Amino acid sequence: MSKTNEGWGSRVGLILAMAGNAVGLGNFLRFPVKAVQNGGGTFIIPYLVSFLLMGIPLLWVEWSMGRFGGRYGDHSTPFILDNMTKKRFWKYFGVFGIFTNVGVISYYTYIESWTLSYTIKSLKGDFLGVPLNQVGEMFDHYVNISGGINLPTWGLLAFIVTLGINIYILSRGLSNGIEKVAKVAMPLLIIFGVFLAIMSISLGATGKCADCNSHIGLNFLWKPDAKSLFNPTVWLEAAGQIFFTLSVGMGTIHCYSSYLRKRDDIALNAMTAGWMNGFVEIVLGASVVVPIAVGYLGLDWVVENAGFMMAFKTMPFLFDQWGPALAVMAGVAWFGLLFIAGITSSLAMGTPWMGFMQDEFKWSRNKSAWTLGLLVLLMALPTILFFEYGVFDEYDYWTGTVSLVVFALAEIILFAWVFGIDKGWEEITSGADMKVPFVFKFVIKYITPAFILVIFLASLITPEGGDWSSIFNGNYKLSSQSIIGKILHVGETNKSWFVNGQPSKLFFIDMSRVLLISLFAGICFLVHQAQKQRSKLK
Amino acid sequence: MSKEALILMVVVQLTVIVLTTYFFLKVLRSPAKSEPDSYSENDDIP
Repeated sequence: MSKTNEGWGSRVGLILAMAGNAVGLGNFLRFPVKAVQNGGGTFIIPYLVSFLLMGIPLLWVEWSMGRFGGRYGDHSTPFILDNMTKKRFWKYFGVFGIFTNVGVISYYTYIESWTLSYTIKSLKGDFLGVPLNQVGEMFDHYVNISGGINLPTWGLLAFIVTLGINIYILSRGLSNGIEKVAKVAMPLLIIFGVFLAIMSISLGATGKCADCNSHIGLNFLWKPDAKSLFNPTVWLEAAGQIFFTLSVGMGTIHCYSSYLRKRDDIALNAMTAGWMNGFVEIVLGASVVVPIAVGYLGLDWVVENAGFMMAFKTMPFLFDQWGPALAVMAGVAWFGLLFIAGITSSLAMGTPWMGFMQDEFKWSRNKSAWTLGLLVLLMALPTILFFEYGVFDEYDYWTGTVSLVVFALAEIILFAWVFGIDKGWEEITSGADMKVPFVFKFVIKYITPAFILVIFLASLITPEGGDWSSIFNGNYKLSSQSIIGKILHVGETNKSWFVNGQPSKLFFIDMSRVLLISLFAGICFLVHQAQKQRSKLK
Repeated sequence: MSKEALILMVVVQLTVIVLTTYFFLKVLRSPAKSEPDSYSENDDIP
C-alpha cells in the first residue's frame, strides 16, 4: 500500500484512456471475422445480450473494485482483492491481474510494431502497384517466415522501438503520459475509422468479379439468420468477444479506477467508456475490413480467408485499387488506426505492474517502467523467434483467453458473494452521476456469475467442430481448442519433444507453457514477499 | 442489401451512436464534485 502522486488530470481524459484500453486490434479484426463465422447479423443479438448481462455488470464491478482498493492505497489486483476479504488466498487470484497483462503485452506489442512499420511503409508507398500474392509475401518476409527459427531484422527493430515508446509513455505517469496520449489518439482513431467506413460503404460494386460489391459484404454481416440464435457455439463466441473487446478480466480497469476517490462517479464513466468501445466496434469495426474485401475479392474469398492476417496481407492491396493518393491515405489511416488501438491498450496493460511495484516495493515510476520493458522483452523474444512453432498462439490462448475468464469468474464471485452484493451495490452507486437500474443488483449476484461459469465450463470441454449435440448422441469428441484438449495436446499425432534429433513444435509449445507458469509463479512470489513486508510493518 | 439486413444495421448502429453520445454528453454536463476530487486539472493549486 502506498500514498501515490499518480492521478488523472480530467474526467474526460480518464474516460478516453479507459475507452482506449478497451478499443484494441480486436475491434477491427476479431469482431467482423467472428460475425462472419457466426451467422452474420444474428451474431449481434447474442453479442448485445452478453454485453448487457456480462459486459456492463463486469465493467461496474471492476471499476468499483478498483476504486475500493485505491482507498487503501492499492493499485493492482492482488491487494485490491485482498482488501475485500479476510481470506488470504484471494490475493493469489489477483495475480492474474498482473500475469495476464505481462503475458498479453509480450505478443501484443509485437503486433503493434507491425502496424507501426506498415504505417510507415504505406506512407512511403511501398504497396503501390504490388499484386495481392506479393503483398502477402511481403508480410511473410517481414516476420521472416522461413519454416524454422524466425529472425526478422526489421521486425525486431520495430518491436524494440514500439516497446520503447510504450515504456517511455508509461514512465511519464498517468496524467502526463497515458492520458495525454489518449486525448490525442482516441479522436484521431475515430477520424481514421470514419474515413475508412465512409470509403467502404460508398464503394458499392467494383466490377472486379460478379459479386464484388461492398454492400454484399454489409448484407452478409447484417442479414439475420435465426438458426444461429439456437446454436450454443454462437453464444459462446459472442460472449467471448465481449471479454476481449471490453478488456474485462484483465486487471487494467481496476488499476485505472484505483486512482479515483469514493465520492467520484464510476457508474456513468464505465457506461461511457463501454459504449464508446461499442461504437468503435459495431459502427466502425463492422464497416471496414469485410465490406472492402468483399468489394474487391468477392464474398466466397472472404468467407474462406477471413482472419486476423487479412489486415496485413490483404488490405494494402485493396487500398491500392483506389489510386495512389487515396491508397497512401487509406493505408496510413488503417495502420495508424490499428497502431493507436494497440498502443492505448498496451499502455493500460503496463499499469498493473507499475502500480504493484510502486506500491509494494517503493520503486520509482521510471524503475517500474523500465523493468517492465525488460521483462516484456524477455517474454516476447520466444514469440518472435519461434513464431512459426506456435509460441505466439500459445501465449494468446493462455494469457489472452483462458486467464480472462478465470479471473472474471473469481472476481465476480468475490464481489457478489464474499464481499457481499449489498456492500458491492453501495460501491457501484456511490457518487454515481446516473441512476443505476436496480435490476443489475440481481444480475450481478446471479446472472453474471452463472453466465461466466457456463462460458468457463464450455471452454473446458468444447466438442470438436462446436457440435454440442454430440454430447447427447454419443459422438462426443474433445476439441483440440478446448482447455482440456489444449492441455492434453488433443489432435497432435506426434507427441515427442524431439524428431530426428531436432526439437518438435510440441517442444516449443510446452516450453512456452513452462515460461508462462514460471511468470505466474514469479508474480506469486512477489505478492508473497509483499505480504511479508506488510505483516512486518503491522 | 436486403431490407432486413439494412433495418438491423441501421437500428443497431443508430442505437449505439445515440447511447454513446447520450452518455458522453451526460459526463460533460454533470457538475464537478467539490474538491478534493480525483482530477488534478481543475485544482486551484496544481
